[in-house]
Amino acid sequence: MKNLFEFIVEKAIFLSGAASIIFVVLIFIFLLKEGLALFGEVNFFAFLFGQNWYPISDPPQFGILPLIMGSVFVTFGAIVIAVPLGLAAAIYISEVAPHSIRGFLKSGIELLAAIPSIVLGFIGIIFLAPLLKNIFHLGSGLTALAGSIMLAFMALPTIVSIIEDAIVSVPRSYKEGALALGATHWQAIYRVTIPAAASGILAAVMLGIGRVVGETMAVLMITGNAAIMPTSLLQPVRTLTATVAAEMGEAVSGSSHYYSLFAIGIVLFIISFIINIFADIFLHRSKAMKRRKK
Amino acid sequence: MVKITVAGLSIWYDEQTAIKNLSLQVSEKEILGIIGPSNSGKTSFLRTLNRLNELTSNCKTEGEIQLDGKSIFKEIDLLSLRKLVGIVFALPLPLPLSIYDNIAYGPRLRGEKNKSKLDGIVEKSLKASYLFDEVKDRLNTSAFNLSGGQQQRLCISRTLANEPEIILYDEPCSGLDPISTAKVEEAMRDLKKNYTQILVTNNTKQAARVADRTAFFLMGELVEIGDTTKMFTSPSDKRTDDYIAGRFG
Repeated sequence: MKNLFEFIVEKAIFLSGAASIIFVVLIFIFLLKEGLALFGEVNFFAFLFGQNWYPISDPPQFGILPLIMGSVFVTFGAIVIAVPLGLAAAIYISEVAPHSIRGFLKSGIELLAAIPSIVLGFIGIIFLAPLLKNIFHLGSGLTALAGSIMLAFMALPTIVSIIEDAIVSVPRSYKEGALALGATHWQAIYRVTIPAAASGILAAVMLGIGRVVGETMAVLMITGNAAIMPTSLLQPVRTLTATVAAEMGEAVSGSSHYYSLFAIGIVLFIISFIINIFADIFLHRSKAMKRRKK
Repeated sequence: MVKITVAGLSIWYDEQTAIKNLSLQVSEKEILGIIGPSNSGKTSFLRTLNRLNELTSNCKTEGEIQLDGKSIFKEIDLLSLRKLVGIVFALPLPLPLSIYDNIAYGPRLRGEKNKSKLDGIVEKSLKASYLFDEVKDRLNTSAFNLSGGQQQRLCISRTLANEPEIILYDEPCSGLDPISTAKVEEAMRDLKKNYTQILVTNNTKQAARVADRTAFFLMGELVEIGDTTKMFTSPSDKRTDDYIAGRFG
């Protein structure tokens, strides 16, 4: 009786543990099943590198390069804004700020993560887009830059908390050793603490990128939604995610258009898979350092 | 000649006293051994000499320490003090850099960029700690690949590269095997020609082997200070005798 109970519990726990992996595999299979159907009609390279996304013209064209570039532009802009900010904030929180301010700042940054992306989208439309329009004298402020700025704020909490973790786990003695050699506080941070935390910082950047690439709602609202090849951050763009979100409702089930949206899903899945693997490798390295400290 | 004068030094952590009203003098180019059981304030005293103790936020210091007649708190700038007074920690902790960069770290901080000068400093410092022959072919590999004893001698080299006048050792051999310990001690004896050294150790025999004079700390107080040979053969305080003989601590 007791053995049976043990057996059931053991298997139940095993199933819960395996569930997430099973789901990932099932999702991928589902995506493949729906998405690969497209390549019966459309050439794979024409899909990936085609410059025109006209899914409902006649004949339709399914080139997602403008969408990929839209995602790349928005992500690149967001990371360029978020990483220096996040790094500076993390250094301030972990190395400089007095104890009382530290807790306050940390919860403030976590609160930023709790803001729904649709709210950031509102702010982008109402406040940021007109501001950019006036600053750069554009026809419309709904551009890749607007998306980048809003997404930078969305990625910031992830980036700050992981970098802060990485900095805190650098053995205190590294910094002390540098100070004992006559380094100033900043020299010790810059030459010893940050290089020692480098793998954690890279992991933070990767996860930040993952967060930005996958974001849909805010970019759909504020990037202007024009599926054209972008040449600057001041143009409207459309990202992979926004395309799926915007067109899924109107695509005829079973049509090439419908399949192409799933194929975009596959591309997104692969991108975030790769990003996660890199983030994992870097996080692993920074954990290895944490162990060495003991 | 007197190198360091400590007068009426007291150290607290919050309400707890680590050092009570300590006064002593260290002569130039001697090795002063400091022995005593744990919690006797040895390390706190040592870390005060280059003001590393100030990194501990609840630490409070009172009294005066003079280096060549100048107050380390008021007359010597903090960064120059840390250059003048180098420290070797209990655990050998290289910076996460190559062997070469570990040693060049201090000189580079002071703006030394000349490659051949840096090469010279690195070689000289490594030779002084008897490490050069063991690592000369792999100066650009990570310092973490060295053995514990080699890492500790690397830390001594790193301190020497700063051209200090005083070297502090905080139980430098506590994690080392006897052979590595012997090498570190040999380096210390050799460095006596040019440097004033203070050695905090839990190993009374180590103090007996390398120190010219020895101080015995107990519960934050200096019980006795004097010539090492005399201290180990006929100490004037009974507590010192008991500690050295291993009757407590």
